[in-house]
Amino acid sequence: MAQFLVRRLFLILPVLVGILLVTFIITRLVPGDPCYVMLGEHATEESCRDFRARFGLDKSIPEQFLRYAVNIAHGDFGNSLKDRRPITVIISERLPMTIELTILAMLFASTFGIILGIISALNRNSFIDTLTMLGANIGVSMPIFWLGLLLAYFFALVLKGTPLQLPPSGRLSAGMSLVSLAKTWGIENPTGIKAFLLTLASNSAILNAILTQNWALLLDALKHLILPAIAVGTISLAVIARMTRSALLEVLGQDYIRTARAKGLRYALVIRKHALRNALIPIVTIIGIQTGGLLSGAVLTETIFSLPGVGSRMVEGILNRDYPVVQGFSVVIALIFVFTNLIVDASYAYLDPRVRVK
Amino acid sequence: MNQAQVPVLSADSIPERDNPTVIMVRRLFQHRSAQLGMFILSILIICAVFARQIAPYDPIKQLADAKRREPPCIHLLGCAPEKTQHIMGVDGNSRDQFSRIIYGARLSLVVGISTVTFAILIGGLLGAMAGFLGGWLDDLIMRSLDVLMAFPSLLLAIAIVAVLGPGLINALLAIAIIEIPIFARVIRASVLSVKELDYVMASRAQGASELRVLFTRVLPNAVTPLIVQGTLGIASAILSAAALSFLGLGAEFPTPEWGLMLGEERNSVFNAPFLVFFPGLAIMLTVLSFNLIGDGLRDVLDPRLVHGG
Repeated sequence: MAQFLVRRLFLILPVLVGILLVTFIITRLVPGDPCYVMLGEHATEESCRDFRARFGLDKSIPEQFLRYAVNIAHGDFGNSLKDRRPITVIISERLPMTIELTILAMLFASTFGIILGIISALNRNSFIDTLTMLGANIGVSMPIFWLGLLLAYFFALVLKGTPLQLPPSGRLSAGMSLVSLAKTWGIENPTGIKAFLLTLASNSAILNAILTQNWALLLDALKHLILPAIAVGTISLAVIARMTRSALLEVLGQDYIRTARAKGLRYALVIRKHALRNALIPIVTIIGIQTGGLLSGAVLTETIFSLPGVGSRMVEGILNRDYPVVQGFSVVIALIFVFTNLIVDASYAYLDPRVRVK
Repeated sequence: MNQAQVPVLSADSIPERDNPTVIMVRRLFQHRSAQLGMFILSILIICAVFARQIAPYDPIKQLADAKRREPPCIHLLGCAPEKTQHIMGVDGNSRDQFSRIIYGARLSLVVGISTVTFAILIGGLLGAMAGFLGGWLDDLIMRSLDVLMAFPSLLLAIAIVAVLGPGLINALLAIAIIEIPIFARVIRASVLSVKELDYVMASRAQGASELRVLFTRVLPNAVTPLIVQGTLGIASAILSAAALSFLGLGAEFPTPEWGLMLGEERNSVFNAPFLVFFPGLAIMLTVLSFNLIGDGLRDVLDPRLVHGG
């Protein structure tokens, strides 16, 4: 297992270089002299020369790339053009929201997706099966932003006044706010990675509420995340349901299932121990693949529900031509994506010993 | 003794063997979800082709006598006859929403088909070269495409639009680029299996050039998987294009594009929900139709599911 992980980690290296290369090229392709883009159209020739020297833009392209890669390896993504703040700080403020949303959406999608898939497979070609699979097809075809708006309309307006009413936008209700964990724990002026992790934890509403044992805050944060998580997770739910159904149907046709039934095992036990466990590998794979889709979905959903996450900031960055932000955020998201895939690979190496030997 | 009657064989009496394409199309028409998909798609195509005849108003012109965000008024459903009929209501710029939805079908189909065609041409060529020539070229092409797949697709499209600048054409280009790796992989896998077949070797033995072998022997026999992937690709391209337009990175005012229409009116979801409901429904139905047809095609073309001729 360890050997498998090491080999897999080495395979990631070229992909990481590729990611850096793509994000580097993307900012290189931006039309116009970066000096005028950054300093404004009225920059003088002299200030431009200073600017180029300061950011190493007078060096050769390979040197510039090396510098860029080394900076990122040191955790330096540069500063936002809009408010001059370091991008690392912006990421530590914005990322927790997106991760919370993605994890909740993933939980929602896999729980209900697997359940629906099992129901469908066990009642193959019945009315329930047809209905579930048509539903899954509609789910896959649903524009996330439309679903988000419909959910907001239904749960905030139609159900207004009922206990099911849910907030249509924002991260927390008015009057609620996140406290800085550094202050709560009396840590003064943290620096470096410690500061980064503290901001990250402080800005994760769920983590923050649990760490400070503020249950009202936890409930409020979760309430605000339910609708966005459903909107983000629906497509994945449909994909997972379809995959579970076909994986389970394939396994149910195997001889060992018949053997298990023939030796008198209870049907429920056969399904749980023999069928599901073997059907799990393609399901886990598809759940991993869906993570990328969920991250993409988070971008759309954050803009609809006015959530302060990575996606909404990235769109803002694009509309303001704030390239360092777009670049830094793309690198971080690609890294998350690549490492999620690594975890998925590792998990099915764990589930299926044959993968390890290959 | 009576002679046994021997049937006389003539050219007419030999049952003609059906062309595989004809068989495939016939199966597709019998496939239940494909039927539903084709039904929806044909309505869309009718809307797109006859948009000018169907739409009661100009999709771009603001109506002088219409109130902004007026709810739908259908005479058949009891709307007062003295009021002007607007089947899907009036949008925030006093334009007839129904006309915009109808014209939107045109744009949506063009978007889906053009991006996928572009992605298939580029991706297909790259994949075919990688699979056919192999060696270092294969590694170079496929590993570079792997890097593209390391980004969540919509985010990559957003980043590309960030570089090219917002606009419908740039958005389409971005979507085509993110779909290239998928088609390259599909074609490569299929070329790899076809290139080992006997008729390819026969063609080589006859002295055909490599290019000729690739384009006349290998590719025509390797495109079947593309049919399924292409149909599903159209669905995802339409969805991505709508998403980019929704974010303000694709089609621009006053284009009747469904994603843009949704984006423009997203803040009026509480007071004029119909302005959000109809464009979204149109996107959903269009994407659904291609997904259903794609599923049907997969079943029809999958050799494991074909029982005899």
